[in-house]
Order: sequence, then C-alpha cells, then structure tokens
Amino acid sequence: MSQLEIQPDSHGTDHGHDHDHPDHLGHHWENSKQQFEAGKLGMWLFLATEVLLFGGLFVAYSVWRGNHPEIFQYGSQFLDTFWGALNTGVLLVSSMTMAMAVTFAARGNRKGIVICLVLTLMGAAGFMVIKYIEYSHKFHEGFLPGFSFYEEPSASHLWLPLEQEHDQDVAHSTLETEAHNTAFAHETTARDEMPLPPPTAEPSVVPAAGTGPEGLTTNELALETAEFAVFLPPSVIGNLENQGPELDFAEHHEPGEEPHLPHPLQDPDRPPNAQKFFTIYFLMTGLHGIHVIIGGFVILWLLLLTLRGRFSRGYYTPVDLGGLYWHIVDVIWIFLFPLFYLI
Amino acid sequence: MSEHHDGHDSGGHAVSHKMLVITCIALLFLTGVTVWASKLDFNELQFPELNIIIAIGIAVVKVSIVGLIFMHLRWDRQFTAFVFVASFVLVGLFISFAMMDTKEYQPEVIQANSEQVQQMIDALPAAPKSEH
Repeated sequence: MSQLEIQPDSHGTDHGHDHDHPDHLGHHWENSKQQFEAGKLGMWLFLATEVLLFGGLFVAYSVWRGNHPEIFQYGSQFLDTFWGALNTGVLLVSSMTMAMAVTFAARGNRKGIVICLVLTLMGAAGFMVIKYIEYSHKFHEGFLPGFSFYEEPSASHLWLPLEQEHDQDVAHSTLETEAHNTAFAHETTARDEMPLPPPTAEPSVVPAAGTGPEGLTTNELALETAEFAVFLPPSVIGNLENQGPELDFAEHHEPGEEPHLPHPLQDPDRPPNAQKFFTIYFLMTGLHGIHVIIGGFVILWLLLLTLRGRFSRGYYTPVDLGGLYWHIVDVIWIFLFPLFYLI
Repeated sequence: MSEHHDGHDSGGHAVSHKMLVITCIALLFLTGVTVWASKLDFNELQFPELNIIIAIGIAVVKVSIVGLIFMHLRWDRQFTAFVFVASFVLVGLFISFAMMDTKEYQPEVIQANSEQVQQMIDALPAAPKSEH
C-alpha cells in the first residue's frame, strides 16, 4: 500500500498549495498519482464484483450442465461457431485498440486516442451487430428461453393425471383435456413461427376419445393403459409428420451453410427440456451484451472528453479505467465463447 | 513499480504498441486453438470431459494474458492483481462446492434421454397419425 501513502516531501510543507493543483486533481488528494491509484483500486474492486456477478451465472451453468450434459451437448449444436469466433476476434481486436488508446493517452497523443477510441467503438458496434444476427436467427427458429421454446409451453398443459380413476369421471377428464387442448391451440396459433393449421377437429363428435386439435392427441387407449403421469410432446406422439412441410425453416439459413441439423421439432433425439440450454445462453450472453452496450457508451463518453481536450499526459485516468471496464467485457466473453459455442 | 513509471504525473504504464499487437495476435491464435481443440474427439480415451478442461484451460491462459498486458497487471501493484485473482478464486470455490453437491446427487438424476425415460415413452400406445 506504499503507493497510497502520503509522500513526505509534499506533506505538511505547503498547505497553501491548493491554487497549484491542476484542474483534474480533487482537493482531497495529495497529488495526481495518489488520485489515480485510488481510482484504479476502486475500479478493480468494481471489476471484481462484476466477476462475482457473472460467477453466479457460471455456477448455474455448471450445475445445469452437471445434471444434464446431454441438453448442453444438444443445444450447442445450434449455435454457429463462426459467428461466435468472429465475435471473439472483434472483441479481442477492440480490446487491443482500447489498450492502444491508453498508451496514446499516457504519451499525450490526443489524435491517437481519438482514432483508437473510434476503432474500439466500432468494435463494440460490430459485436452487437453480430449478436443481433445471431439472436434473430434464434428468434426465427424458436430457440427461445424457458417457456417460449417451441411447444414446450404446451407441455405444461400436457401433464395428464393418469392415475385417477377415469372410469368415474371420464367425461370430466375429457372436458379437462378439451380445455387444455383449446388453451394449447390458442398458444400455438398465436405464435408466428409455428404456423399450425387452425383447430378444425370437432371435439363434440368424438368426445370420449379426447381428441383435440393438431399438436396434441391423447386417445382413450392412452388413458387406459398408461400408468404414470408423463407429458406427451407432439414429437413423441407422432403428429409432427403431418406438419413437416410447414416447418420448413431452411429459409432462415444462409446459403452455403453447412447442412443444417434436423429441426428440433422433427428431431426424435431432442432431449426433453432442451430449452434450458437457451435459457442460460440468453441469460449469460444477454447480460454480457448489456455490458458491451454500457461499455460502448463509456467509450463514447471518453471520446467526447478527449475531443474537448480534457486529457493530458498528466491526467487520463478515465481513459485508463474505462479501458479496464472494456477489458473485463472481453475477459467474460473469453469464457462464454467456448462454454456455449464449442463444448 | 516506480522504475516502470513513465515519468508523468498520473502513474499509469505505457505499453508499447508493438507489444499490444503481438499480444492481440497471440490471443487470436489461442482462439483458433480453442476452436480446433474443441473438435478433437476424446471418446476413445473414455474421457470426453477433456474437451471442457482444454477449453477452460486455454480460456484461463487468454484471460491471464489480457489481464497482464492489456490491463497492465504486470506493471501494477500486486494488490491489484490480488483483488482480480481473488474474485476468480472465489467464483471457482463457489462452482467447486456447487459441483460437489451436484455430483453427490447425480445418481438420482434421471437423464432426459435415459433408457428409463425412453421406456416410459415407449410404453405409451402410438396415437393415430391423422385425426382429421
């Protein structure tokens, strides 16, 4: 901590030295170096809390992956390594230009700072553009977190209390199933990306069979023979073959791309709860994206201050500390990239 | 640290542009290595987790380089590095304890694509394919 100690030669000798202070120096600091070191320590403590903030999400990732590795292996196939690697490169290069800006600042080269900050800002914008491309792909293809993922929301309607004595209240359970079917149909048709045909089946014609609209079929046989509660995703029941032609998502892929994987809705190997991967993916990359946006504004602010001539060889603390923030964004992404895109 | 002091008032260290460019190239190279290493198949060794270990290992190396050069930790006070490293160590502790717990209960977790689940699904009668 010796750096923070008051230097003996400046202590107590000239209390009337306030008028000698440079503009940037707060009156409660002995000298610029002390001010800089204190500010830097504060920034590093903040960065440590940032690491801890993301740490909580990394713990969630680890536990989920530890419990269900197959979901992560399955989900990461749908992330494009090319875009992820490109974004890593963009962030690394922008980190370099940011560090260059700090070097220029230390040498008092204002033009250099401006050029490097503009380049860094372009890196931040480029990262977000690539992120936008990636996210819109995911949105188009229905890779949404949690309950928004495909037909998984309907899965909550598909839990069948099969252990009940359905002889007594078969009519009741049929009504219940119909209600669920209707709810399912509303949810499904509301979704643009799932252009299911409108519910045309007439439940009143075959009431006992509990046959609902497309996407959900439970017949009486299922009710009689199944002995446990299990949710019935349409992919299991086999309705999806009928919808195959309408689920042509190939148009969302760029031409020349690798032959794409079977669409999850048609993929019999899709593990249940595959949406968990996209939940944690959007949580972590989303929080990181917010940090990139904040970092972009910080860089913009630094740019404006530089253009106003606020920095000099003697004072460029904001450039240095803003740079540290930008580097921590890079550090987080260095971990996120392999965890989601590669393994 | 004072011998690295550039002579100006503020106290930061000016890293040469050449070193920054070299660092960046090294980081980009390591990114390529990570992508390449993730495609290696260790199933023959019965050790598929090796991919994860390699990826995290390279990420730690990359983060160390970013911290040491871009973030000036190499020239900074050791206490700064202590703060930074400590945050990672604490996250590591958190993950380790959480994973110990996860591993403890792992035998009780039904894997989503397990035979058990498959048998449950198979036990269901096939539904008629077209109802309308």
